[in-house]
Amino acid sequence: MSGKPQRPGVAPPRLIGGLAVAALLAFALSLAIGPSGFGLGGAGEAADLIFWEIRMPRAVLGALVGAALGLSGAALQGYLRNPLAEPSLVGVSGGAALGAVLAIHLGLSQTFALALPFGGLIGGAVAMLAVVALAGAHGGPVTLILAGLAVSGIATALISLALNLSQNPFATVEAVFWLMGSLADRSLTQVWLAAPPILAGMAVLLFLGRALDALTLGEDAARSLGIDVARTRLVLVAGTALAVGAATSVTGVIGFVGLLVPHVLRPFVGHRPSLVLPASALAGAIFLLVADIGLRLAQPWMDLRIGVLTALIGAPFFVWLVLKTRAELAP
Amino acid sequence: MRIEARGLRVSLKGREVLRGLSLAAEPGRLTAIIGRNGAGKTTLLKVLAGLIAPHAGTALLDGTDIATWDRSRLARAVAYLPQERLVHWALSARAVVALGRLPYQPFGAGESDADRAAIEAALAAMDAAQLAQRPVPELSGGERARVLVARALAQEPRVLLADEPAAGLDPAHQLTLFQHLAALATAGRTVVVALHDLSLAARFCHTIALVHEGRTLAAGAPREVLSPEHLAAAYGITARYQSIEGVPVVLPLDVLP
Repeated sequence: MSGKPQRPGVAPPRLIGGLAVAALLAFALSLAIGPSGFGLGGAGEAADLIFWEIRMPRAVLGALVGAALGLSGAALQGYLRNPLAEPSLVGVSGGAALGAVLAIHLGLSQTFALALPFGGLIGGAVAMLAVVALAGAHGGPVTLILAGLAVSGIATALISLALNLSQNPFATVEAVFWLMGSLADRSLTQVWLAAPPILAGMAVLLFLGRALDALTLGEDAARSLGIDVARTRLVLVAGTALAVGAATSVTGVIGFVGLLVPHVLRPFVGHRPSLVLPASALAGAIFLLVADIGLRLAQPWMDLRIGVLTALIGAPFFVWLVLKTRAELAP
Repeated sequence: MRIEARGLRVSLKGREVLRGLSLAAEPGRLTAIIGRNGAGKTTLLKVLAGLIAPHAGTALLDGTDIATWDRSRLARAVAYLPQERLVHWALSARAVVALGRLPYQPFGAGESDADRAAIEAALAAMDAAQLAQRPVPELSGGERARVLVARALAQEPRVLLADEPAAGLDPAHQLTLFQHLAALATAGRTVVVALHDLSLAARFCHTIALVHEGRTLAAGAPREVLSPEHLAAAYGITARYQSIEGVPVVLPLDVLP
């Protein structure tokens, strides 16, 4: 065969398999590492308690939330045909954050521990309905982005208002810390609360592969290939709302994972949206688990929150993206 | 499969683009749709592809209203090649052509032997086998056009609707493309192309429909449709229809005042 040689790359099944193994390793590592110093084989009542009450929820949440963010970022980028899309773009994480902040602000989280995640879930769902109502079923990518930005903007404004009017400095600190995003000190109950909607949302998003592949050729060609583009859009918003809304409601806002992970993975799967989806879910889980392990190792010196760390990694990545795009566009 | 437009009326953004257009394309024939910019060619193809619902009139595929066709069955019967040559991600040419097989693949199924054969045949037909592994954004405009035609061919449709498939192709590839389209038609498919190159239409197409202001001004054999009167009415030009070494050529001479 003449022409350029085939690009170096990994066969997709092997890549996905490798990522799955790496995700399992990261999960096991997350269970084995912590300030109390014992590994997986730790014995005794205290070790058992720490393992099941602290490390297990943290590892499970890290995997679930990382996968949800990576996958929904990949799905959104695929649908919008834009590598700069991110789950927060559709307003769901903003809505979830607002719901949780309101739960803190109104003192509900003092009387009822699960008020926070419930507030987040409700906020995420309300935001999703608002975005769908605003954008309509047939508006194309641009109206969806605009509707998401509008709803996010409203949520951010109301969060600022709640923080501004807060009479209780403890509530304000709690809300601000919550907004930074964290996997620490979550209970298994919270995991049980968040896991079903996260998994349901992810299952729904994984079904979009075919449609996203077809959309590579534009909406008309995709429809002529038998793809229902309007339904794809609804499924996308609903899946993202479930997965990201539930994730945000338990962990707070964790940014950049959904932007960065699909972007890094795309070249390794030949840019095919249907392959970017599962690869990003697995890589998102790995990324968040590893970042969280890093936080725990750094804890004796610095108590960082994971949302802060992902932003610290993600923002320079964005700068790199700008420079790369600039180089590509240069004559 | 016969595809037919009966009294189509379509308004887009307040402008009536099709105004009672009727036309039929028969299997076994390569049908050209010609007409000036904005005459309604693209809109007509989109209605025939089931992408736009007309406000009045019907589009019939095999005698049945397209609106009532099951979408996945329709996708196996009719391929639509848009004028815009969009490929949003840096897929390889082969991956783009493989998208034409989506209507044949149930959810989760990989490529079957039939899929692979269709993809390779389509790439070969468009002289694009050597491009297979290259990312589409790196291809030239003409190479990209050939890859996208191959995508539609890989769909193995009974009806192929192509909007300006030859635009941007070099002369050699224009000839190969139209030879292939004519061969597809002769093999029993219904092939409809919208195009501006009147000489290509005169030479390769069995039937020409001249669309003007949302209606069919004339339809039939190239020689009759491409008459000086029709060309003057539709395009506002004087033109000569002649034959050079047995090949019909339409030569636009001047714009009418």
